[in-house]
Amino acid sequence: MIRVEHLSVSYGAVKALRDVSFEAAPGQVTAVLGANGAGKTTLLRAISGLVTPRGGDIYLGNRSLVRMATENIARLGVSHVPEGRGVIAELTIEENLRLGALASKVDIAEGLEAQYRQFPALGERRKKYCATLSGGERQMLAMARALIAQPQVLLLDEPSLGLAPQVTAELMKTIHQLCASQNLTVILVEQNAKSALRIAHHAVVLHLGTVVASDEAAAVANDADLRRYYLGLVQ
Amino acid sequence: MSDFLASPFMHNIFSGLAQGLLYSLVALSLVIIWQSTHVLNFAQGAMAMFATYVGMTQIDRGVPYWWCVIISICVGMAFGGLAERVLIRPLYGKPEINPIVVMVGFLGVIEALAAGIWTGTTRNITSPFSQIYFHASNGQVILVSPFVIFQVILAVAIMLSIAVLFRFTKLGLQLRASALAPEVARLLGVRVGRMLTIGWILASGVGAVAAVIVASGTFGLFPADMDGLFVAGFIAAAVGGLESPIGAITGGLLIGLAEQFILYYWSATLAPLGGIIILVVALMIRPQGIFTKNVGRRV
Repeated sequence: MIRVEHLSVSYGAVKALRDVSFEAAPGQVTAVLGANGAGKTTLLRAISGLVTPRGGDIYLGNRSLVRMATENIARLGVSHVPEGRGVIAELTIEENLRLGALASKVDIAEGLEAQYRQFPALGERRKKYCATLSGGERQMLAMARALIAQPQVLLLDEPSLGLAPQVTAELMKTIHQLCASQNLTVILVEQNAKSALRIAHHAVVLHLGTVVASDEAAAVANDADLRRYYLGLVQ
Repeated sequence: MSDFLASPFMHNIFSGLAQGLLYSLVALSLVIIWQSTHVLNFAQGAMAMFATYVGMTQIDRGVPYWWCVIISICVGMAFGGLAERVLIRPLYGKPEINPIVVMVGFLGVIEALAAGIWTGTTRNITSPFSQIYFHASNGQVILVSPFVIFQVILAVAIMLSIAVLFRFTKLGLQLRASALAPEVARLLGVRVGRMLTIGWILASGVGAVAAVIVASGTFGLFPADMDGLFVAGFIAAAVGGLESPIGAITGGLLIGLAEQFILYYWSATLAPLGGIIILVVALMIRPQGIFTKNVGRRV
């Protein structure tokens, strides 16, 4: 479980997050929604220790993650798939996956097999350099690389970015299934509110660094004002 | 066959490649550091020289040659790790010129220190390998000696070990990931800070091997020992595009050959021009480096 309490983050004079609080429970997808510049990516970067908060706290279970080094947070079981996916193009598919498993106690051979079963397209091309992969394949690889370490928490930053609607729908389905089957705490940052709300249990809506709504996903999806003013979902 | 092997042309090929391998070693050490930390380590040669002094002067105390070689390499590695932690680490995120200035200054400090401790005069290190050239069956000299063979085998062995380490081990994968995408590597739990230090340790070990070979050869050991080698190695790394280990090794070999041919067919004093010529030609034909894949910026 991830618990964010009164979190504030600044970049110089710019306040990226102000007094943000919410909880993300295991076995559930928590969607973090909002427009560009709402602070969604900053929130994930703060959880992973890539930016240091000015105030507030972040807990994984009972353990505070604030001021902990990024690599140690990763080793505690927090897998962060960054925006743009962070696949290392100069390495092969298998090298990327191995890298994902290195810091965990997972048996690498077994881990690779499990991921190739889950994503067969990756297994067929395991020796190929990632520079040759399409956007959808890269997203699949990024997911597999995050999952191979058997994390407790999965942070996904705009996974649908640049993907065709059908690929996005498949991806969302996969996230939903994995979340349930592995009891993962998933925090899903999306601009594509519609697809995210379809699979999310809980939704947090950010606007200019503050939480404007935090509720069950269905409630957020049915709130006409939220849809109109913050999520860009006008019918 | 032995006539052909003993022909002046082949002499120059052997001799040039053997010398070029030393440049390749220095270039390789520069590339490893550049890749991991984006620092041009101007003190690389001097650090290797200092480590070689510490190791090889143990011969005076009766330590066998091979132990001295191992001590030199270990001291070189420790020195590299220390330099990264103490001198370079505080400069990450600062302008790229800062580490260059620090390392140029450090170069002066080390050379002065070496001269202070061991005096500036040349010391001859006796290696177990003869430097007398072989003779062909017709009595003609072949520009290969047991020492040259030792030089070639040691340099190639070091390069192969580095290649295997980077390509096939867990540590190598983490080193590559830390160099290619440090933030992503950290998100995957790789201890990137530690990897940067290890990069410097490995590179400095490679540099120390080059210095040990130079010191054991005809030039002996003196404080400015590695200056010429560093310049050639630096050019080799630049010719290779700074990012490519294979490019750096090829660059070193090309410079070795160019120098040897100038020395033989033209003039010994003009031999160092070989590096400059290779650099100019490489910059004209492939300014991004001979083996670098990324396309140069077009304005």
